[in-house]
Amino acid sequence: MRVLGIETSCDETGVAVYDHRQGLLAHTLYSQIGVHAEFGGVVPELASRDHVRKTVPLVAETLERAGLQGRDIDGVAYTAGPGLVGALLVGAAIGRSLAWGWGVPAVPVHHMEGHLLAPMLEEPRPGFPFVALLVSGGHTQLVEVQSVGRYRMLGDSLDDAAGEAFDKTAKLLGLPYPGGPELARLAEKGRPDRFRFPRPMTDRPGLDFSFSGLKTFALHTLQRELADAEIPTQEREQIKADIAYAFEQAVVETLVIKCRRALDETGSRTLVLAGGVSANRRLRERMREAIAGEAGEVFYPRPEYCTDNGAMIAFAGAQRLLGGQQEPLRFAVDPRWRLVDLPAIDRRR
Amino acid sequence: MTKILAIETAGPGCSAALWVDGEVEERFELKPRGHSELILGMMQRLLAQAGLRLTQLDALGFSRGPGSFTGVRIATGVIQGAAFAAELPVVPVSTLAALAQGCCRETAARRILCALDARMGELYWGAYGLRADGLVELIGREQVAPADEVELPEGDGWHGVGSGWAAFGDALARRMGPALEATDASRLCRARDVVVLAAAGHLAGHGVSAAEALPVYLRDRVATPKR
Ligand SMILES: Nc1ncnc2c1ncn2[C@@H]1O[C@H](COP(=O)(O)OP(=O)(O)OP(=O)(O)O)[C@@H](O)[C@H]1O
Ligand SMILES: [Mg+2]
Repeated sequence: MRVLGIETSCDETGVAVYDHRQGLLAHTLYSQIGVHAEFGGVVPELASRDHVRKTVPLVAETLERAGLQGRDIDGVAYTAGPGLVGALLVGAAIGRSLAWGWGVPAVPVHHMEGHLLAPMLEEPRPGFPFVALLVSGGHTQLVEVQSVGRYRMLGDSLDDAAGEAFDKTAKLLGLPYPGGPELARLAEKGRPDRFRFPRPMTDRPGLDFSFSGLKTFALHTLQRELADAEIPTQEREQIKADIAYAFEQAVVETLVIKCRRALDETGSRTLVLAGGVSANRRLRERMREAIAGEAGEVFYPRPEYCTDNGAMIAFAGAQRLLGGQQEPLRFAVDPRWRLVDLPAIDRRR
Repeated sequence: MTKILAIETAGPGCSAALWVDGEVEERFELKPRGHSELILGMMQRLLAQAGLRLTQLDALGFSRGPGSFTGVRIATGVIQGAAFAAELPVVPVSTLAALAQGCCRETAARRILCALDARMGELYWGAYGLRADGLVELIGREQVAPADEVELPEGDGWHGVGSGWAAFGDALARRMGPALEATDASRLCRARDVVVLAAAGHLAGHGVSAAEALPVYLRDRVATPKR
């Protein structure tokens, strides 16, 4: 089965074609970063407007890259939540109507299920069951995954998601939007033992997360260290890099501790990292160091499948279509759709 | 035979209409926020009833705005997808023009002032005149502005239609004076009128590709840059 996937939940338009026998055939991505940069964050109405302009051209480009015609497509998947309601509606309207026009089934996909299954686009692919750490702009969750659609929430964020904490801290450090990857780059120049940030909520049992305090800690450290106006520019830049390092280290170590705990509690040996923050090099390295070997195996996709993309939606959609799920001749989106409310798919492939 | 399917979801109504050589079949339902549930089924049923497949059509039309941003994008997205899949040209039709066309279809009006409530104290506004060929034509330009700033047309015998006449009827009537003949604030834009204008556009060669079938919002300043 060859599935066209469309992702429009936030500020990225992604389109891909996935074939369950041949794998990913093509994918394209258009980022709206340039559209929102001057506003300091995503403007929902502008995001919707841009998706309306970009989705169909990307569908055309993706088919062309795959060397396919519309009639070669057996199903269409589109992100139907969670995300920005207007942005979601654009992808859902186009996706559902493309499927109608082609006379093939359509399926709405949960954006986080897309992230969660994205590591399965790679070889070797993780096998069920596994524990997934979802770390993105809007989520920090530990999920026990039995199979497609059988999810148990082990831990969740009580306040800022990890990616959000990265972005907000980056802003404090004067880095351009969106700051996560920029902060990671700055942290490369940081000195390891200059500052030590707390590891929130690791001193008590449980698998929940709280990262908003780290941002405040970064702010106070920055204000204290840069209070003296005499500090030369070069030294100031070094201090910022040191703070970036300490912040990133605190997030990474906290995630490592919780992931270890989740594996212990579930008895699972497979950990999957997904979502935008799992593109973070230090997180990937440390997780492998800490968990691979003695405790089990760690899987994560290449960075382009960590952040939002159409490939993960095409893949998740293919699993659901193969499992017999189909949307009637209508479309609906749910900006607050919960992962645990998804129906289970029993087909094993 | 010329066969065209058009939809309208920019307002509180949801409708689809099929035009076959001047004969029009329409489905209409008043269900605000229900457009995404209804529209594809309406399109499907119209085609089935006429024994047509999507690919047998000559063009698609849609109400391209102005109107509810979400509603306009539902129509646009649905038409883009269908047009791309079936490789059909698309004729975008002004929501205001279709509203005016509907007024001329049902009344003796020849000069129509369309006003839709655009919220934030503004109107989507456009003046239309009925031509000899039975189609409406824009006079001046479509605009978004407060009731006391919209550009008034010349002449008299104007019929005011659309939700804007409920929200700002008094202010508009005061400015129009005796040039305003009648108003109907409850009139909604309908696909049966969109399809008539789309058919004319198609025959005049005004079709665009799926990717070029885009909304017209009129209100384009929707955010202010920081700093
Ligand atoms: N190398 C990196 N290091 C740290 N953070 C990163 C890195 N790359 C991306 N991010 C962060 O990942 C987030 C974007 O990820 P993603 O696109 O999955 O999130 P989203 O789609 O906005 O949110 P969600 O998926 O929860 O709805 C941003 O917060 C970004 O800063
Ligand atoms: Mg995401």
